This record gives sequence, C-alpha cells and structure tokens, in this order.
Amino acid sequence: MQVPAPFEYERATSVDHALSLLERHGPEARLLAGGHSLLPMMKLRLARPETLIDINDLRDLDYIRLDGDAIAIGAMTRHASLLDSALLAEHYRIFADAERVIADPIVRNRGTIGGSLCQADPSEDLSAVCAALRAEAVIRSPGGRETVDMRSFHRGPYETAVTGARMLVEIRVPIRTGIGSAYEKVERRAGDWAVAAAGAFVQLDGEIITDAGIGLTAVGAPHFTCEAAEQLLRGQPPTSQVLTAAAEACREGSNPQSDQRGPVDYKRHLIGVMVERALVRAATRARGGDA
Amino acid sequence: MKVTIKVNGEEVTRDVEPRLLLVHFLRDTIGLTGTHWGCDTSNCGACVVWLDGVPVKSCTTLAAMADGHEVATVEGMEVGGVLDPVQEGFMREHGLQCGFCTPGMMMTARWLLNNNADPDEATIREAISGNVCRCTGYENIVRAIRWAAGHPAAEGASA
Repeated sequence: MQVPAPFEYERATSVDHALSLLERHGPEARLLAGGHSLLPMMKLRLARPETLIDINDLRDLDYIRLDGDAIAIGAMTRHASLLDSALLAEHYRIFADAERVIADPIVRNRGTIGGSLCQADPSEDLSAVCAALRAEAVIRSPGGRETVDMRSFHRGPYETAVTGARMLVEIRVPIRTGIGSAYEKVERRAGDWAVAAAGAFVQLDGEIITDAGIGLTAVGAPHFTCEAAEQLLRGQPPTSQVLTAAAEACREGSNPQSDQRGPVDYKRHLIGVMVERALVRAATRARGGDA
Repeated sequence: MKVTIKVNGEEVTRDVEPRLLLVHFLRDTIGLTGTHWGCDTSNCGACVVWLDGVPVKSCTTLAAMADGHEVATVEGMEVGGVLDPVQEGFMREHGLQCGFCTPGMMMTARWLLNNNADPDEATIREAISGNVCRCTGYENIVRAIRWAAGHPAAEGASA
C-alpha cells in the first residue's frame, strides 16, 4: 500500500490565510491544489512535507476571463475547464490541443494549472504552453504581489519563483491579433507524459511573421523555449524552409536525457518534428484555416 | 483529525489520520468495498468516485480533502432495488469479465451520460480513457454504455 508519510493538514479559507499558514509552518509546508502530482510524489517519499495546506476551497481562484488586454486564468482552474473554455478556444487553441493530451479526463477534473506550473516537472505540458505564449505569473506574498515572466518562473526542474511564503494566484496571457497557435505531443500511450512535445504561436501580417513563440516540453530546453528559433521566424514568410530552419534551431537548443521514453537521438529528432508540425498548424490557423 | 463526509447522501464522521486516502476511508474505515483499490498511482481508475458530483480518483485524494464535501460511490447507484441503467447495461452487454475495473467504469459512465445523453463510440472511449480494463473488454464496455444511453435513467435512478 502506498501511503504518504505523516503530515499535518490545514485548510486555507483565503489567499491571505494560505500565506499566513505558509509563514507559520515554514519551509516544510506545501500548498495542496489538485494533488495529482504532489500526492504521488509523497507516496513515493520523493516529497515529504510536514504540513499540507489545502487550497481547494479557494473557489475565487477558479476562473478564465478577459482582463484588459490579457486572458486571466486563476491558479485553481482545473485542466477540464481549460480544455472546455470557449474564451481560450477563441484566442489560443494551443490550450485545448495540450489539455486534450494531459493525463485523462478524470485526472483533468482535479489537476490545476497552478499546481502543474508550480510542480515544474520538466515533462509538464502547460509550462511549455505558457513559455510559448510569454505568459506572466502573478505571485502573492504576505506583503505584496509580483508579476513574473513565465520564462523566468522556472528556476530548474521542480523549482520555481514561488519560494517561501508565496503563492501563484494567476496566469496572464497577453491577447494578440492575427495569430494561430498549436501544440503537438508524442506519448507512448494515451495520457502519458510526453516523449517530446512542442507548442507554438505564429502572428502573421499578410504573409510575414511579425512575432512567434515556441515552447518545448521534456527535452531539457532552457526555460522550456528556444529564443534563437523565434528570432529566425520574425520578419520571414512562413515557408517550409523557414519553419524547418526554426525546427532545426530547436533541435540544437534542446538537451534531452535518455530514459525509458527514448534515447537522446530519438528525442532530439522528435522535437524538431513536433516544432515543425506545431508551426505549420499555428500558421494555418493564423490565416483562419482549419488545422 | 475529525472528518465529516456525506457519502451517498448519508453523513459519516470519523477520526482519521490526515494521510488517509479517500479510497481507504471508503473501503476500510466505513466498509464500502465497492470502490476498488488498484494501481495506487491515479492511472487505472478502479477507485473512481464522485466528489461534489465530479469523478475523481480516490487513491489520489485525501479523506481530509473530502471533509465537508459529498462523495458518491458505486454503492449509491442502485436505488430502492432498481439498478441504474449503466449497471443494467453492464449486465446485459457483458461489460465485465473479472469485474475489477467495473465500479470505476460505471461511475465514469454515469457521469458521461449525465453530461452527454447520446455519446458516440469515440466519445465513450475518450471518456473512459482514464479507466483501465486489463481484461481488455472494452468492446463490451462501450456496448454497455451505449445500452444505457438507449435506456435513459428511470425516475429515481441516480448516483
């Protein structure tokens, strides 16, 4: 039987309450959102917090809404809501592409975007989605509120800017016009972690790429992205030659590890294919096409 | 710690360790062994129950997280001796072989039908993709759910 080591359980009634509980219980306390990453790690003793602070009652952090020139997503928004959101489908189809292949429908009922991002697993899909879109993370602390670019949010595997008595409360995705976005993933079986996956948005003005964003999953890319590839795309037409060059840059910028999901060469090859497919679909969608 | 959970409409209060998983609370603490304990890693779906009306994997949910909330298990599907159409469908279409995955499959199926009264095969297969049948009897499971879709819940059948 897999059971976590003993811990103390607290339930937060508000963000401020959660922050004060984090302060009171110190560095060995962890916030418990959906629990679908943390509880399995605790069963395996890969994580052994002394206190869990359950934030599932914070319903006011469960939303997807327009907020000025951004889409604001509450940290406690479940994967199932991200998959079903009409607002996200209208602006960023990359979310539904990614969510459709995250775990399974039952897990998606429980897992949250905030939990996924804070877990910062190198194979986690939404980290790459948010990196591709250059989203921002809004982090609360007892004294204040700071906004962190998603590309500096991750400090390394399982490490983020959310340290000490801090809490991720919102993800903000800037709204862009004339864009298309997509996510491509190869997994060994339905619902598994990615062998490799890539997300992209492409912004077109006529037949010129004015801006692009790329997110890379499970291949050891710094900050889940490849800025060199994005730079290659800007100012160019989305021809197969240009997209292939960007994919090649992503291959070079990746540093995958060999594991049970595949050897290094295979993953490096795969990430190029994923990037190219994501770019092609994103560009097609940017033109208003169905892809 | 003390938890009070409404299970199949009835409030139960017990003293539990915070680390007790909901699946073990249901099976061992209050004796509802219909919910099965399978892979323990949120992959197989044998432990699926509803938490506040939404299917969750009870091996990856603490009993403490359900404190003050409502849980529905397979034991609540049959009401007053009348099987839920999903149960009836699994029986008629032989939707089970060893039966281990069946409680979770049926809880997921009932939720699907509550949200989509007439799902096609692809929709059913997607909906049960978090429930694993290691007898690989998916053909009949899909047929069982289709049967239930064709025989909507009679009055009183719930879960």
